[in-house]
Amino acid sequence: MIPGVLSDWLTPLIALFALVVLFSFYISWRATRLDRLHTRVETAHAALDAALLRRSAVVLELASASELEPASSVLLADAAGQARRAEEQGRRELAESNLSRALRAVVEEPGFAGGMSDAAAQGGGGVTAGPIVPAGTSGEAPPAELLAEVESAAKRVHIARRFYNDAVAATREARSSRLVRVLRLAGRAPMPDFFEMDDEPPVFPPWG
Amino acid sequence: MRIGLVCPYTWDVPGGVQQHVGDLAEALMDLGHEVSVLTPCDSETELPAHIVPAGRAIPVPYNGSVARLAFGFRAAARVRRWIHEGGFDVLHVHEPAAPSLSLLACWVADGPIVATFHTSNPRSRAMAVSAAALRTALEKINGRIAVSEAARKTLVEHLGGDAVLIPNGVAVRRYENARPLEGWPGDGGAIGFLGRMDEPRKGLPVLLEAFETLGRRRPGLRLLVAGPGDAAEVRERVSAELRDRVVLLGRVDEADKIRAYHSVDVFCAPNLGGESFGIVLTEAMSAGAPIVASDIPAFRSVLREGAAGELFAVGDPMDLVRAVESLLDDPERRVALSGAARAAVRAYDWASVAGDVVGVYETVLAGVAATGAVPAAHGEGE
Repeated sequence: MIPGVLSDWLTPLIALFALVVLFSFYISWRATRLDRLHTRVETAHAALDAALLRRSAVVLELASASELEPASSVLLADAAGQARRAEEQGRRELAESNLSRALRAVVEEPGFAGGMSDAAAQGGGGVTAGPIVPAGTSGEAPPAELLAEVESAAKRVHIARRFYNDAVAATREARSSRLVRVLRLAGRAPMPDFFEMDDEPPVFPPWG
Repeated sequence: MRIGLVCPYTWDVPGGVQQHVGDLAEALMDLGHEVSVLTPCDSETELPAHIVPAGRAIPVPYNGSVARLAFGFRAAARVRRWIHEGGFDVLHVHEPAAPSLSLLACWVADGPIVATFHTSNPRSRAMAVSAAALRTALEKINGRIAVSEAARKTLVEHLGGDAVLIPNGVAVRRYENARPLEGWPGDGGAIGFLGRMDEPRKGLPVLLEAFETLGRRRPGLRLLVAGPGDAAEVRERVSAELRDRVVLLGRVDEADKIRAYHSVDVFCAPNLGGESFGIVLTEAMSAGAPIVASDIPAFRSVLREGAAGELFAVGDPMDLVRAVESLLDDPERRVALSGAARAAVRAYDWASVAGDVVGVYETVLAGVAATGAVPAAHGEGE
């Protein structure tokens, strides 16, 4: 039996202990949630990185397609090359935006689809003077397939960036709470930054 | 000869390449050739008959900035039509490495092609990146011209091969006559300087130091400085008593620049070196300004070893004082030097430069004549 005097001060102690336990459960839940958000940001960043690399790779392939006229080739090769070499975040955002703009300028140029299909029909498109290059000797993807790939790569960049920025927004929101800041629940994880770029995919002309 | 010139940059924005193509076209016509210039052109501006617009240039990111270029299959079709209708003996494209009309012209044309390279940026990686895309189209060029040693080096580094060096011409006629600026040169005499004020190699500090002596010895003498830079910083370097006799115009437009050459008794080019050609000097010579210039190799050669202008020891303010005073005190010598300068600059006039370019055409044509090729657009003429 517990004497009445003892229970008098034991009851609030138990209540306090229960509170502490509950609070620490809450803290650990918050920390886990934050950790999960950071993981989500990392995953989304990896996906965005992959989407950007894939886009510059297929744009380079389009740039070297023999059906394309050389001015557009040079524009695309230059923009894709600059995007690949831009390593730091700030420069990368600019270079990737420039790639979006160059791709739109080339693809949305009136006559693009017609020119590509004519050139494909001629097989080699007169890129070389003199003897006509027979169709199918270049071993490249046919333009229709390649264009579909460029289109999907550009759209994927748009989607991947949307998801990444969404994850960044959620994480920044979670980290802005006073509790997280006071108890340093985020640990040493750097504050994630939004990826700002012009990712508007080009409007592909109907392929015929 | 029927000559087709292709300019890659839009005609309604002023620029070095556009200016070059325009001047060359006029000089070639003066030599009796038939010339047609194909260029992107945005607006419905009135163009001389020999300028053929090829449609709007589109702003697009290129080589780290936004350029206005003409590309795409539709532009290529316009180039093809122009070549088809032109019936040219030779096609002369400018800056064919830029993704615009010139490159398209190389792509669609067969026959004698001459190309002029203007870019001289060793840091530019654009050419290196797109070298593969360029190679097939640029292989068709029969003769390559570079406008400067630096442009030639850039070309050789990125694309290989070699080019002949033919510098920009000077449009002597444009500089020959102009009204002096209001109130110039004045009774006390005037010295002129043109160039960036904040670039030490242009030598303005040497001239300012010389003016400390000249200004004190000659109470009415004034100094006219035209060119971009920090005016307040320059004024700071002049003694207070002389400050109101140093007039800083800042950046001036083409018309005022020409008038400035005509507004002084002595034009001074105090460069410390590095000038490969001295475009400012040749402009001043075209205007017939009596010249005092640094004795650097480039200036010595342009000024015919001092016969067309007084030379002074590089970076030596006291020798500059001597040279300027010898001219200010001798009006007859000024007239003689003015005439000698006008005569000497003829060698750099577009007329003679265009002659050299025609020499390149003839060399290329002599080669293709043996094989019987004629310039034509391949593919249908639309």
